[in-house]
Amino acid sequence: MNQITVQYLTDFSYIVAIAFFILSLKWLSSPATARRGVLIGEIGAAIAVVTTFFNPELVRFKWVLIALLIGVIIGIPLGMVHMTAVPQRTAMSHAFGALAAAMIGISEYYMRIPHITKFEMTEISLEVIIGSLSFTGSLIAAGKLQEWLPQRPIVYKGQNIVSLSVLGAAVLSALVLIFNPVAPFFFPAMVIISLLFGVMLVTPIGGADMPTVIALLNSYVGLTAALLGFVLNSKVLVVAGALDGSSGFILAVIMCKAMNRSFTNVMFGAFGQLQVSAAGAGEERVVHSATPEEAAAILGASNSVIVVPGYGMAVAQAQHKVRELFDVLTKKGVEVRFAIHPVAGRMPGHMNVLLAEADIPYDRLIDMETANSEMPQTDVALIIGANDVTNPAAKTDQGSPIYGMPIIEVDKARTVMVIKRSLSPGFAGIDNSLYYMDKTLMLFGDAKAFVGNIVKELTGGGE
Amino acid sequence: MPEGFVSNLYVFVLAGFLGFEVIRRVSPLLHTPLMALTNALDAIVVVAAIIIAARPGSELSEILGAIAVAAAFSNMVGGFLITDRMLRMFKLSGRKKQ
Repeated sequence: MNQITVQYLTDFSYIVAIAFFILSLKWLSSPATARRGVLIGEIGAAIAVVTTFFNPELVRFKWVLIALLIGVIIGIPLGMVHMTAVPQRTAMSHAFGALAAAMIGISEYYMRIPHITKFEMTEISLEVIIGSLSFTGSLIAAGKLQEWLPQRPIVYKGQNIVSLSVLGAAVLSALVLIFNPVAPFFFPAMVIISLLFGVMLVTPIGGADMPTVIALLNSYVGLTAALLGFVLNSKVLVVAGALDGSSGFILAVIMCKAMNRSFTNVMFGAFGQLQVSAAGAGEERVVHSATPEEAAAILGASNSVIVVPGYGMAVAQAQHKVRELFDVLTKKGVEVRFAIHPVAGRMPGHMNVLLAEADIPYDRLIDMETANSEMPQTDVALIIGANDVTNPAAKTDQGSPIYGMPIIEVDKARTVMVIKRSLSPGFAGIDNSLYYMDKTLMLFGDAKAFVGNIVKELTGGGE
Repeated sequence: MPEGFVSNLYVFVLAGFLGFEVIRRVSPLLHTPLMALTNALDAIVVVAAIIIAARPGSELSEILGAIAVAAAFSNMVGGFLITDRMLRMFKLSGRKKQ
């Protein structure tokens, strides 16, 4: 085959790959066709990778093949992690994606200088800055999710000014390079400063904001890939980057809406570290608690139960016990459903995956709107490890940091049960007036053990 | 302005809109698999990395390219793998059988 034929063949295979990618995302819209979507995406990617090797320009393969092997060795364990670890795995894959794109941008710079136009330099600088900051930002996010780093927001006075100055320094270096691409030290300086900015960008953000941050970093990584497509004049990268970028952006918007917050507020607001709880100071409030036996009796006698799971359920590894509870109650004719708040868990959709892993059928999962419209007709709302997303302060207390956030209105149900270790505030550090309501029963204990005890009561007393 | 820029911009804008319309329809149920899948698709960057590492050039390009190949390919392999694993878990209630 001559070179021109190969070029056409490569272009054609990339077009096929892009078409398959779009089809892949389209089929993901419903669980019934989603697995077919993965398959066609894999075929598209395989076609693109294989035809790339026919490029006659390529002469040295040793390191490429070793790197592909390393990719497989790292990729398989990353594909096999537990569902609870999926958020940090996702953050790691954002870091890898950003790393790959940044490396290619850096390599392009050193290959093209000194013959580089202002326009090319602008593209490369932008690509390398966003790629580098997404790389370190994602690493910090992964560290926080893995709990290697403190999940609490880390803040200091004048933080935003310092962070923005650092970003300014990166942009300034880029400007110098645009007018003098061979200016010594400015390129490595720009890379290092951008890496530093990524760290500073994510460190002040608390764990409860992680769903938004992950989605936003996802969109940055997509943007980096698209910019790389501009640098290399590669349309397959432009399309894949645009798809990834728009997906991350949509998810970030959904997450922000679900918390009633803006992007700037998430990125620069450092949520929840100021706990100025006016209510409750010194005031004695009554809490009703119940034993597993009492809880089992109420649950067994009810017609409809809505379970509101939160990240606490996953931390306690209680999802399989919850499934047993679902089974035994369903057998007794109780209608059990699960209400999922959009920001429940540590990344978009995380709770759905955790429940699916525990074999809970997905037609039993309902969204916030459905749950709220059915809550007044519901006998029991059972809250497991969800705190802020059920806190009525979001609707009533204007001084609360979560005021305005849409919540699952469990306080409308006839009886509210909350499984919790103690009365300590939740992740965002906000007190919850729900616990002191007359119709609320606090079930104190470890979620897994407590649900297990309820199941034991129900099976022992039942058949 | 380089030759390809305008046509790339066309492609970017159209793909962005298309992505928005297609992804908007993805059920919130599947948002985690969605993110895993788009990561795997984004790992198509690996084709550029292969070219950077394997074409004649400096040793630096070869090293940086190889790092990029490893990083992107691990995303491709791991991303598709975990997406499929997650999707296999989503099941309907047994009611359909009756």
